[in-house]
Amino acid sequence: MAVAVVVPIVLLTASPWWLLLALVGVLAAWMAFTRIGRQSWSVTQVGIATIPQRLGSSSVVVVGIAGVVGVLVALLAMGAGFAATLQETGTDDTVIVMRAGAQTEINSVVDHDTAVLVTQAPQVLKNAQGRPIASPELVVVAALAKKSTGLDANVEVRGVGERAWDLRPNLKIIAGRKFKPGLRELLVGKGAVGQFKDLDVGSTLKLNGQVWTIVGAFDSGDAHNSELWGDTDVVGSTYRRGSSTTSIILRLTEAGAFDALKATLASDPRIKVDVSTTRDYYNKQSENLAQIIRVLGTTVGTIMAIGAIFGALNTMYAAVAARAREIATLRAIGFRGLPVIVSVLLETMLLAILGGALGAALAWAIFDNYTASTLGANFSQVVFAFNVSPALLWSGLKWALAIGFIGGLFPAVRAARLPVTVGLREL
Amino acid sequence: MKYFHLIWSALFRRKTRTVFTLLSVLAAFLLFGLLDSVRTAFANAGGSVAGVDRLITVSKVSFTMALPKSLLPRIEAVPGIAQVSYANWFGGIYQDPKNFFPNEAVAENFLDLYPEWSLSDAERTAFKGTRTGAVVGATLARKFNWKLGDKIPLQATIFPQKDGSNTWTFDLVGIFHAKDPKLEGQENVLFFNWSYFDEASRFRNGSVGWYATKLSDRGRADQVAQAIDRLSADSDHETKTQSEQAFTAALVSQFADIGLIVGAIMGAVFFTLVLLTGNTMAQAVRERVPELAVLKTIGFSNKSVLGLVLSESVLLLVLGGVIGLAVAGVVVGIVRVKLGATVPLARVGGPIWLRGLALMVVIGFIVGVLPAIRGMRLRIVDALSGR
Repeated sequence: MAVAVVVPIVLLTASPWWLLLALVGVLAAWMAFTRIGRQSWSVTQVGIATIPQRLGSSSVVVVGIAGVVGVLVALLAMGAGFAATLQETGTDDTVIVMRAGAQTEINSVVDHDTAVLVTQAPQVLKNAQGRPIASPELVVVAALAKKSTGLDANVEVRGVGERAWDLRPNLKIIAGRKFKPGLRELLVGKGAVGQFKDLDVGSTLKLNGQVWTIVGAFDSGDAHNSELWGDTDVVGSTYRRGSSTTSIILRLTEAGAFDALKATLASDPRIKVDVSTTRDYYNKQSENLAQIIRVLGTTVGTIMAIGAIFGALNTMYAAVAARAREIATLRAIGFRGLPVIVSVLLETMLLAILGGALGAALAWAIFDNYTASTLGANFSQVVFAFNVSPALLWSGLKWALAIGFIGGLFPAVRAARLPVTVGLREL
Repeated sequence: MKYFHLIWSALFRRKTRTVFTLLSVLAAFLLFGLLDSVRTAFANAGGSVAGVDRLITVSKVSFTMALPKSLLPRIEAVPGIAQVSYANWFGGIYQDPKNFFPNEAVAENFLDLYPEWSLSDAERTAFKGTRTGAVVGATLARKFNWKLGDKIPLQATIFPQKDGSNTWTFDLVGIFHAKDPKLEGQENVLFFNWSYFDEASRFRNGSVGWYATKLSDRGRADQVAQAIDRLSADSDHETKTQSEQAFTAALVSQFADIGLIVGAIMGAVFFTLVLLTGNTMAQAVRERVPELAVLKTIGFSNKSVLGLVLSESVLLLVLGGVIGLAVAGVVVGIVRVKLGATVPLARVGGPIWLRGLALMVVIGFIVGVLPAIRGMRLRIVDALSGR
């Protein structure tokens, strides 16, 4: 009994790929070089050779486990994709400054005087012209119709300063051109274009009663892809924010200068701000939802796995019953119990691996890079792509192996324990 | 019904197999119950019957933008309106950002527009009479163990006070309940007085987040909504007015397409389930070919044999499914008691049971039909001789 609990748990949690590989190696060596191992190998071959005769019931194991692994991998890929999108947005050497207590940019207000004081801190990197690399940014929200539902959803409009481009070197213009400072021109993120209607380059958009022209599209590969970018001052005048902004993004002279910057700003009684590296800021935003999706995925996966285990048990008990006479004959001519157990277990786990691979492949084919969006911290849509990574595929396979192990162990033990005399009299 | 005993004993002819299949069915319907409960919770958020005669007016740009309070008398003058109230999102945090719950600054008459929440007259008066007073939903009060008279400090994230302090302290003067258990999810809110907010806040003075309007005639909702939006057409604060359900539905749909996710998972689960129970039924009929032949020999018609096998598979599904849904009901109940109505889980009630039972019967029929036809078409001579 204990084996049935311990081994799958080890399989699921503690086994890196090299450990499993080593185990497979040991098993292969055992089968090749010991007498009992060779017996196991030949019994296993017979079992596997008879699978085509039991195609219907064997496919129950394969499809059942494929379902579990497919759903599990797809759900976890959703969480991983969301977390990756936000985490890639932040770096250790750029810093976001907001009003104390604001938590997110949309809640924050930074007035002009504060912005000037913050950018003058000695830890802010200066460019070749001796100007600090900092961007006063203004995050506001506009309601636009989504392509998928036709319903209004919030899109984030980010006003950026002229040095915003130096702060996001990953960002590439993929169509049109950058907006001109001082004009009502917008640059749209690749993700936003995919999710919202009427954001093509050249079209116009009404924001707070004023007409804006979309002059280009960009791809940054991170959360900024969900945003529309314009000039901070122009966005500010459209939304009547005066000279205030919602955050200051700046580049540090070096990644280690963060603590010094924090201390400098904290010691200045004229300003009340919260400072964090952009990596921290975006990581924090991803935590909650990623956690919820992880819990949801594992719960759904576990319940489905329980169903699949009983399906596998049924199939393997039936398989063992169908082969009872054959197994009893083997035992009668001197085969021991262990080869029988090993063969049934290996057969189930082979089916399980097939199922796991099928489910993982389906999840990958359907969901890798599938784009979706959800409401993010700034009360606006964050567009992200499902990320079916090799690590997720691997953990799906481990689930499959664990299910196969439990589903095969009990029938295997029963096959080995069935008295020879009873077995020989079976149908 | 007279064959029930026969069907029952056929079902448990192979106990282990039937029990394992039942457990698989149970797991599938446990999952169905939980997921449908989540789906229902989100659907209820957008479609409660209680809000049919209310309109919500927000800024056309986005609901994060404020509207001037000066709109109030002009909206009140629109014909077809019984009462107008307003509120402002506050977004305060209690102790830790993880404790998130909605908190809003509301006008004096705000609660009058929501007859589905019950608050005693004494508490209602106390709320109006206490500058720093606050009322909370029962679920929220239970969660944090708040009692009347408690002081509740909230950390402002958007609105610091005039002196720059982020801490707002409120006096709990009332606890309200939702009359309809479906709306329990809405008991998770804290309201305080808009007048206090307006006086103490550093930003957004003299403006409100949204207007809530009660119609005198719900048949004229569209005209009234258009009339309200016309008030501010071409101004710098254009509005968008829609029914409360439409507003909430749009808000909920921004989180994710819950229906699509739940549907996809359930599709995978039930596809597997059909295959699994179908295999069990096929095995069961294959084993019993001689017995079915005997039944036919002693006079059972083809139709009765078809009926017997079909009933057996439907019984299998219903038995496992009912237990599964019952377990889901218990689990949801426990989670709701432990975490309060804040988790998006609806009670496993009538509608979920109806959908579940329909699924059980349909799936039972699908998996039973092929083996049943096989049983029906058996030729007695062949079957008895084991050919």
